[in-house]
Amino acid sequence: MIRYLAESQRWLRLAMLATGLVVALALPWLVYPPVAMDIAVWALFAVSVDLLLGYVGLLSFGHAAFWGAAAYTSGLVAIHTGAPYIVGVLAGAVAAAALAVPIGYLSVRRTGIYFAMVTLAFAQLLYFVANQWRDVTGGENGLQAVPRSLFGVDLSDPFYFYYAGLPIVLLGLAAAWRIVRSPFGRVLMAIRDNPARARALGYPVDRYKLLAFVLSATLAGLAGGLFAVNHGFVSLQEVYWPTSGKVVMMVVLGGIGTLWGPILGALLVVQLEDFLATSGFDGIGIVTGSVFIIVVVLFRRGLWGTTSHLISLWRDRRRPPSPRPPDVDEPSLARELEKA
Amino acid sequence: MPDGTDAVVNFLQQCFNGLVSGSFYALLALGLAVIFGMLRVVNFAHGACYMLGAFGAYILLVEAGVDFWLALLLMPLLLGVFGMALERLFIHRLAALDPLYNFLLTFGVTLVLQDLVKREYGIQSQPYPRPSALSGSVDFGLFSYPAYQVFVLATSLVVCGAVWYVLTRTRVGMIVRASTERPELTRALGINVGRWVTPVFGFGIALAGLAGVLAAPMRAVNPLMGADLVIAVFAVVVIGGLGSIFGSVVAGFGVGLLQALANLYAPTLAQTLVFLLMAIVLLWRPAGLFGREEAPA
Repeated sequence: MIRYLAESQRWLRLAMLATGLVVALALPWLVYPPVAMDIAVWALFAVSVDLLLGYVGLLSFGHAAFWGAAAYTSGLVAIHTGAPYIVGVLAGAVAAAALAVPIGYLSVRRTGIYFAMVTLAFAQLLYFVANQWRDVTGGENGLQAVPRSLFGVDLSDPFYFYYAGLPIVLLGLAAAWRIVRSPFGRVLMAIRDNPARARALGYPVDRYKLLAFVLSATLAGLAGGLFAVNHGFVSLQEVYWPTSGKVVMMVVLGGIGTLWGPILGALLVVQLEDFLATSGFDGIGIVTGSVFIIVVVLFRRGLWGTTSHLISLWRDRRRPPSPRPPDVDEPSLARELEKA
Repeated sequence: MPDGTDAVVNFLQQCFNGLVSGSFYALLALGLAVIFGMLRVVNFAHGACYMLGAFGAYILLVEAGVDFWLALLLMPLLLGVFGMALERLFIHRLAALDPLYNFLLTFGVTLVLQDLVKREYGIQSQPYPRPSALSGSVDFGLFSYPAYQVFVLATSLVVCGAVWYVLTRTRVGMIVRASTERPELTRALGINVGRWVTPVFGFGIALAGLAGVLAAPMRAVNPLMGADLVIAVFAVVVIGGLGSIFGSVVAGFGVGLLQALANLYAPTLAQTLVFLLMAIVLLWRPAGLFGREEAPA
């Protein structure tokens, strides 16, 4: 019986993965190609935030710092060296990781709501630095005309660039998936659920948190660098607080601690904003803010989380009642919900 | 020695500027601290409420000819009611959960409020005249200073002092402090803690509204005026110690002062100073200057 269930779960996972890959490959046929690339990079960005929020229980409200720093770095590398876009994107990820070490070191000293406030403040610090350091960042004008080259191959068509960028996104997503499923990821979840016990078992909690923070920032940097190359420019918006808020919104909308959810959230938020912008609606925040309020008040599990919760309820009803072991993948925030 | 006197005057003037901008930090940080103490909610929408205070004063003036003094009384009341409605409708529902949910909720509220105002009035700054009674300047012997700025500083000091007095010397303050520190025990003593939650939230929002009206005649009135400010105030509150009401007021004035001095001696640092100070405090005293260590999780 148990083996049967495990088998069916495995098939379900594989089917989901296959569906996801097919959608990812077909995306530029379904939506306007530059938007398709946007969805892919925001999905990776959202997963990087979920890695911290869903699996370590830390809400970073300042991930725009890493996304933006990587975007500027990739842009500068591409403009000044003309190196292949992959080099620029990787340089961006390295810059984001380097920046995450001091910020993470200071931020993991606080938890919960304090962590959110502190990361937000550090991102704002970076915003002011980017604004003042005009010689390098271009200040309010931003970085213009970021080239995208690959050994002479013409990538100017957004349709082809999508397929040039997609492997980087998929590698990033696979890395996140691997981290969550690794022994390291198990320790992170233990820290999330009971930091005191994890510490008592001898795990250096702060060092684990810092490493998770740096890994998350690296993935965010990968996404940010690709975003810069995709758009051909970098603006101050990339390091500004609404960017940090937008990515958190995607995670919560999709479902905290589900990895699939944030991808879905990115797809929906990018599409919604694109729709509102092209229909000429002035005041996107009214719609996205309202959607966010509704999700936080009524559907805290997010779309993915709510769906899988309903499926598991339905399964439990069909099976004779047996004590269900606590699902380790369930986010702690969602668990609080059940207590309330 | 005219040069030496100039330097001193310059220094004193900058100190005054610092205390005036510290007045805003202090009022906003005080509201955040009071709300956090009672509800464990970090209100992201605090900046949006400050913006609504300033915009409300502007709208009252343009649409109904209501002058500054009446707006100074009306807007905090209106925003207090708005805050209480917000608490009853939304905040209250998430009170039992992880405080992060209410942080996210108030972030959504911020987006909605900000874009609603932006949609109506655009992003350009609206002019708001100084009240005529305060259009002159006050002579301090060595230098004279705009009367309005002096009024802002005095108001902020009086309000912070009054809140301090109410919290430490009255029965209401005692109940609020007790519910902040030990909600269960306070309840066990027969005090209805829940009764105080909504008014306290409304009061915190009213303080943000008051700061907004005070800002209208001297700062640009636009939909985004509160957003950057509230993040700086978060840093102020982390410096002072989030649970500490005294700490947030002191940190508010202190940061304002240091920022003004940075303006004088190291202008490039002025904008980032508050965040750098926060980093130093985190390194040296993670709980904040006047905060207590969090209870171990």
